[in-house]
Amino acid sequence: MTTLTRREFLKTSGALVVSFAAPPLTGALAQVAGGKPALVPTELDSWIAVLPDGRVQAFFGKMDMGQGLEVVIAQIVADELDVACDKVDVLMGDTGTSCNQGGASGSTGVSNGGRLLRSAAAEARRLLLESGSKRLGVPAEQLRVEEGIILSQDGRKVAYSELVGGKYFHHPVEWNKQVGNAMDIKVRAKPKTPQEYRVVGKSFARRDVAWKVYGTDRFVTDVRVKGMLHARVIRPPRAACKVRGVDEASIRSIRGARVVREKDFVAVVAPREWDAVRAAQMLKVDWHALDGAFPAMDSLHEHIRSAKVVKREEPVKKGDLAAAFSAPGVRIVEAQYEWPFQSHASMGPGCAVADAKADRCTVWTGSQKPHFVRDGVAKLLGMAPEKVRAIWVAGPGSYGRNDAGDAALDAAFLSKAAGKPVRVQGMRADGTAWDPKGPACVHRARAAIDASGKVIGYEFVAKGFSRQHIATNESDPADSLVGQATGIPAKGTQIFGVPAESYGFENKLLAWETIAPLVENCSPLRTAHMRDPVGPEIHFGAEQFIDELAAAVGEDPVAFRLRYLTDPRHQAVVKAAAEKAGWQARNSSERTMKGRGIAFAERNGTAVAAVAEVEVERSTGRIWARRVVVAHDCGLVINPQGLRYTIEGNVVQGISRAVYEQVRFDRDAVSSVDWASYPILEMQDAPAAIEVVLINRPEVAPSGAGEPTMRVIPAAVANAFFDATGVRLRKAPLNAERVKAALSRA
Amino acid sequence: MPSFRFTVDGRRVSVNAEPEMPLLYALRNDLGLDNPHFGCGLAQCGACTVHLDGEPVRSCVLPVSAASGRTVTTLKGLGTPDKPHPLQAAYVEEQVPQCGYCINGWVMTAAAYLKKNPKASDAQLRDALAGLKCRCGTHVAILRAIKRAQARLA
Ligand code: FES
Ligand code: FES
Repeated sequence: MTTLTRREFLKTSGALVVSFAAPPLTGALAQVAGGKPALVPTELDSWIAVLPDGRVQAFFGKMDMGQGLEVVIAQIVADELDVACDKVDVLMGDTGTSCNQGGASGSTGVSNGGRLLRSAAAEARRLLLESGSKRLGVPAEQLRVEEGIILSQDGRKVAYSELVGGKYFHHPVEWNKQVGNAMDIKVRAKPKTPQEYRVVGKSFARRDVAWKVYGTDRFVTDVRVKGMLHARVIRPPRAACKVRGVDEASIRSIRGARVVREKDFVAVVAPREWDAVRAAQMLKVDWHALDGAFPAMDSLHEHIRSAKVVKREEPVKKGDLAAAFSAPGVRIVEAQYEWPFQSHASMGPGCAVADAKADRCTVWTGSQKPHFVRDGVAKLLGMAPEKVRAIWVAGPGSYGRNDAGDAALDAAFLSKAAGKPVRVQGMRADGTAWDPKGPACVHRARAAIDASGKVIGYEFVAKGFSRQHIATNESDPADSLVGQATGIPAKGTQIFGVPAESYGFENKLLAWETIAPLVENCSPLRTAHMRDPVGPEIHFGAEQFIDELAAAVGEDPVAFRLRYLTDPRHQAVVKAAAEKAGWQARNSSERTMKGRGIAFAERNGTAVAAVAEVEVERSTGRIWARRVVVAHDCGLVINPQGLRYTIEGNVVQGISRAVYEQVRFDRDAVSSVDWASYPILEMQDAPAAIEVVLINRPEVAPSGAGEPTMRVIPAAVANAFFDATGVRLRKAPLNAERVKAALSRA
Repeated sequence: MPSFRFTVDGRRVSVNAEPEMPLLYALRNDLGLDNPHFGCGLAQCGACTVHLDGEPVRSCVLPVSAASGRTVTTLKGLGTPDKPHPLQAAYVEEQVPQCGYCINGWVMTAAAYLKKNPKASDAQLRDALAGLKCRCGTHVAILRAIKRAQARLA
């Protein structure tokens, strides 16, 4: 009996085998006569399998993008089933073997994804005990399980593998009829209580580390299918260009290269990759350009401020704000904060391989949502979703809806057009200039302080481009560049967000407003989700403003937060971060060019506070976040080391976004096209230390950790900058140019 | 198309290609050596780094003709799970990579640098690794791993 390592799994279901005739699973399961039950959420077999050698397979419809989710799911399943953690293989991201749990999304891998797998494993254990009880003739309550072996008190035993190994459970479970993140099942078994966990709570090593370090397995960019062509898509030189004509003769000198064009979608395909790259550079396209689609970059935030509001919501409204602001003797504090467009700028441009036949299609994708890729490809090619199989293969980190989603649909479209398997990969500009962007925005904050120094009114209004000009996934071609270029108009959803905190200001309004996109279709500034969608954007403002209020009443920023936070878990992270950082209240008029700042926020149940210590170089304008302390409470901690590293990645990416990142553009086009024009943090500027305090709450179901830390880092850095210099920087990024200018004015 | 001969990871190979085709495409597509990755094609990120006669080079901009008659080492040639380079062992122990797409560049660049300066200070390491990108933000873990490897090399 072979165990299903990731490598073998790929071999069988992936890279070289492209036919649906190939069994989707290796091992005995696929060989059992009587058939595999349909892959539907209502079958226990869709979630869990026990192989003849006792290994367990968990079929997971979410994705580990390198933050350790895979081993965490194995831990959860192992605990529930009473097997060793290394006996559990987690199979992720193949629509042929897993249901749509939403892919990597919203930091719900553990909270939602793990919860479902826990139920499935518990139910499997219950059934196994039931069948063991029959086999041994002992009531189930008198049995225990050790390492997959059911034992009676008198020492008789039977292994899981003997009971169900290689067979199907054929057992229905109750599905909540939701698809995506909300998918869940109900089972009769009662999952274990946290006191019973043996595997959960320990730092098991990740499974994707060694192959990434030794280069012994494949990334999506390494998938090759027999007979495949290489493609490059030619994105327009300007926003919303139309194609007037393509001079196919311009690439005639390149053997085997040819053009694929449909309306405003243009690509080249060639048997050799270098030929595709050259052809894309050489191809002459006559574009009908749209002039002046964008405002001047310098006036972006002016544009946002003055643009008509398309939608407004007021998620938090409490008390009588007007009265608070007009109360006699109140002092009003006001500020505005600005955030730029940002790019996912993944380490490698989006890549996908597709093999479209007349009636079916297989796509290998690095998208974090392969099930939605399946749906999008099916719609694009006019097939039923069952005819499309999307197979996730690890790719460059995506951090949301990046260009990997476009690549998947491009590949499918091109494969169909070319009549051959096609591998498409972007060039650098496709990953930086043409990925969907995090939205630019302006935040207006206002507070009323009474004579005693109490905040009696607080208002925060976020205004910006919607965070979902295109949807959070690529299940609809309207949300892809190939869809839009071939004439399917973008639909767009108007949505933004407000600060997430528990400050108990008596009169309070938190609102958001969205404005229309600059260009409806085929825009390089179209917006979509980017790691912690609108979290860093909003809290860059909200948590600086809290510091500004503290300063206005002459109170220490930590003490001020503790005074107003109402949730004890929120207070606890602020206290823990301050304590670990050695925070001391001090006279804020000493300006040593070294400073520390705190920020706090909540995200879907996870509370996080960060203290950043920065050093500012007046001559160069460099900000160095030398030390960052994070206190993090996401309920039950499943794998402390994995959690720490996930938080570290958030800290570094958060500093990068706060200090360096902005998408540049001129009136016609995005001019951030590479790493020189879209700089991110590099090694010289990495913190010397990131210290993480994990507040473990076994009694609280785990909430997310993939994103929450991201939202507190920018404000923590900006608050530290103020502490160091006495100067407020209310416009991100806090880059050297801006720092120098601000300090010279001060 | 002219043919170019060189040595990769101890193997003698020959590739037919336009002289200006970057070495990266030869390694990946003609020789099936996938560890150098395409990140930018502009010598700005390091994902494509290999050693050319022991020196780190960005194979995305190095013409294949420039490799002619020389010795190329890729990540696999640096070490294997059975015989890891100390940096690789340390990267595994420190659980460095997240998505992992950048890691080739960091390991190959640091391996060449540590050969010259095994006792490099933190500041020297930071300078030596300038220009490499990691979008997932594993920088602090990378420094931890290098220091761990340095302790082993000392
Ligand atoms: S791919 Fe060669 S340096 Fe980026
Ligand atoms: S680990 Fe993802 S880019 Fe470095």
